[in-house]
Amino acid sequence: MGWQAIRIWTVLVYGFMFLPVAVVVLLSFNANQFGSFPMTGLSLRWFGELWNNDAVMRAFRTSLVLGLMTAVISTTLGILASLALVRYNVPWRNTISTLLIAPILVPEVVLAVALLLFLNWLGIGKSFALLLAGHVIFTLPFVILVVQARLVSIKRDVEEAALSLGASPVQTFFAVTLPLMLPAVAAGALFAFTISFDDITGTLFWKPGGVETVPTQIFSMLRNSISPEINALGTVMIVLTVGLPLLGAAVARKLAMKGGT
Amino acid sequence: MSVEAREARQPWILLSPALAAVLFLLIIPLMFIVVYSFWLRSAIGADTVGFYLDNWQKALSDRFYRDILLNTLKIAAITTIVCGLMGYPAAYFIARSKGNKLILLLLLMLPFWISYIIRTMSWINILGTSGALNTLLMSLGIINQPIQMLYNEATVILGLVHFLLPFMVLNVYVSLEGIDTNLEAAANSLGATRWQAFTQVTLPLSLPGLAAGGLLCFVLGAGTYITPIILGGPRDAMFANLVYEAIITQLNWPLGSALSLLLLIVLGILVAIYNRYLGLSQLAKGLG
Repeated sequence: MGWQAIRIWTVLVYGFMFLPVAVVVLLSFNANQFGSFPMTGLSLRWFGELWNNDAVMRAFRTSLVLGLMTAVISTTLGILASLALVRYNVPWRNTISTLLIAPILVPEVVLAVALLLFLNWLGIGKSFALLLAGHVIFTLPFVILVVQARLVSIKRDVEEAALSLGASPVQTFFAVTLPLMLPAVAAGALFAFTISFDDITGTLFWKPGGVETVPTQIFSMLRNSISPEINALGTVMIVLTVGLPLLGAAVARKLAMKGGT
Repeated sequence: MSVEAREARQPWILLSPALAAVLFLLIIPLMFIVVYSFWLRSAIGADTVGFYLDNWQKALSDRFYRDILLNTLKIAAITTIVCGLMGYPAAYFIARSKGNKLILLLLLMLPFWISYIIRTMSWINILGTSGALNTLLMSLGIINQPIQMLYNEATVILGLVHFLLPFMVLNVYVSLEGIDTNLEAAANSLGATRWQAFTQVTLPLSLPGLAAGGLLCFVLGAGTYITPIILGGPRDAMFANLVYEAIITQLNWPLGSALSLLLLIVLGILVAIYNRYLGLSQLAKGLG
């Protein structure tokens, strides 16, 4: 009986987590012009409106560019640091590890304030550069945690074999280590992109006036009232941030299977 | 240069870009706002450099700030407890289920990929005056007029629980997964009931996971300002909202520095206590 109760509880908890999000997706297809219940029919008109909404499309482009640049920079820094931590006997390794994940130990609001005020003092005010710097420092710890976890599982023997057969360390890195690390690189980059794409807490502090990312655009649209357009935008974001990783995982699995045979 | 010297230098070359980023984009900015919090913002808007205690005095002794700080800690505490009560049984079910464990775990990861602002605003569709719940109650004839269920402290807590619950479930799950199930079986065979075996064996062993999840929920909950803006009323501001107001609206940056440092210190004490007894490595387990 106890087990049955736990099962029902778990179903309720999952319902709590997903029902509101499911309602967002459902309402984005609502034909009713107020975007509320009762649903009067299915329609794609709100997605069409989004497509024609300049502010929304601009926010999308900003978020995409910002997310991609964050992913590239953060992943590069993260991989180099993870390599050092996993492959070498670094003195003060624990201190360095703690330091590298410190950006997620500090509340994001505090990080946002400190970065804004310091860079502003240096002459870099609210700008795309500040936004990028903020997203990089905030995503870096996640990339390092993900990449390090994957890196541990790559055996050193393969690299040593390449080295003993006469490859230089740089050749070994590009011919052996990097291909083996590719899943870790992809996971780290995807993680950084998604976190950057979804971020609002820091972004509201760092963004210059007039520039919006998708989350801050939703935030400012919410000031008026909830509209079907917001639900449609939410649906697009869910498809992007949930669909892309799933697609990525599927492709990675397919590639791995091909490689195996 | 000798081979050894090169070998010793290599990790530092690899580490330097990331360390430089943390140093220049986090550590030095934090030290900078410590200094900045002792400056003054005059009425005409220029900063007066110096050593003034005014901002700290205001942050620490003004009733308005103190009440909101205490209220923020209260909201974070309630959120954490609700997350624990809701999340623990679910995590236990996932850890002990056999057939559908993988799909349950995959679903559990899903909220992490769905934007925080969308998950927060989704409650307006449920609880708003023209939302799902009001529509349902009206069509059942239980109410004639839609009731305003949103924009109060309860909906702020609801939004926070919805946002933070996956962190709790994941952390508890990780610690439950690490417990040898034979221990419970051994307790049973020695005459303990299932409930006794749970409370005396499994629950104590899973406390580190519960504590890690709790710390994450508390710290992330206490640092939020978006949820109170979207789901709270005008009187439900949390401490981070004050920081946002001071920095973005009033442009009083020295005061904003003092307020954000106060938040950092209060939450930092909690993290330090946690680290003293359980160690931060437990947190990394849940994140990895």
